Amino acid sequence: MTVALAVKEIASQIEKKYPGSIEEATQNSLVVKSDSLMAIAGYLKDTEGLKFDYLNYVTAVDYYTYFEVVYQLTSLEHNHTVIIKTRCYGRENPAVPSVTGLWQGANFQEREIFDLMGIRFEGHPNLKRIFLWEGFQGHPLRKDYLQ
Amino acid sequence: MEVSSDKEYIYSSTELDRYEGRIIEELKTNSQESIPDPDAWLDEELKRNILLTSVDAVINWARRSSLWTAICFPACCAFEFIAAMGPRFDLSRFGMDIMRASPRQADLMITAGTLTWKMAPNVTRIYNQMPEPKWVIAMGACAISGGIFRSSYSVVPGYNRIIPVDVYVPGCPPRPEALIYAIMMLHKKINRTPVIPDLPQLMQKGKQ
Repeated sequence: MTVALAVKEIASQIEKKYPGSIEEATQNSLVVKSDSLMAIAGYLKDTEGLKFDYLNYVTAVDYYTYFEVVYQLTSLEHNHTVIIKTRCYGRENPAVPSVTGLWQGANFQEREIFDLMGIRFEGHPNLKRIFLWEGFQGHPLRKDYLQ
Repeated sequence: MEVSSDKEYIYSSTELDRYEGRIIEELKTNSQESIPDPDAWLDEELKRNILLTSVDAVINWARRSSLWTAICFPACCAFEFIAAMGPRFDLSRFGMDIMRASPRQADLMITAGTLTWKMAPNVTRIYNQMPEPKWVIAMGACAISGGIFRSSYSVVPGYNRIIPVDVYVPGCPPRPEALIYAIMMLHKKINRTPVIPDLPQLMQKGKQ
């Protein structure tokens, strides 16, 4: 079975390398600051002993005051997994850096989040609606969406 | 020409060729005259087999007896339709054994499933590509009214928003028996259709 890595250990490793980049480390997940997401994602992917080479999914949650983007990463080599989260604020134009450069599989999922939640992914090669049609008003998976 | 071979066979190849030649010669000698048409008797017998009927009845019979379905199954009701097509319920009884991948060869559309607005233009296009006369069966709650997804932002609340529907089959999903009943209702509907259009009415339509 895939082992869920202890978040506290990874957090201390990252904190040593990128001081001040971690917002919160709970038992199950690691919340990182969105401006250091790319650096941390690259670190998790390439570091010996971590090697998170597979992105299980990207998804997003609406907490009214902020949006949280969730990434689950797995290492096929070491057979372990971790959950990374990042937050973005504001309902007008929330934005998070795109991880498509690291994991190609994020491409469509980030488009889905952009479509239904309205979070922009900076650096995405083709950021446009994927499920709904061009010209649709609003983002239906937001908690405050009303028809 | 004498046929020779380097390899050893059980029969020499020359012998095989001669055997073949004998068969051909035999067939040729036996086939010098053309075989008479076995249906030559039809002419005189036909005189005793003429039936008189109305054009409406015979054309409607032909139309309803081989409804070919266009493939347009956006969601889960399709499985009930597949079951109805299968050996247990056997839609072949109604001459419906073929599902047409090309709408140009179909005259019935069974709309089995939820339709989203993004898919809707494609369904209209399939409908428009079907030649007249054509019919539509709205199968299942989603096809009738949008079903449980009616209030969703992305779902068409009933196929009759985009195409005219002839028969509605309720159910989520409807049993194959229900679908077969709907097909029989459609047969009744087709039976009542006048084949030759009402010309004055058509001209009135043209003026409008």
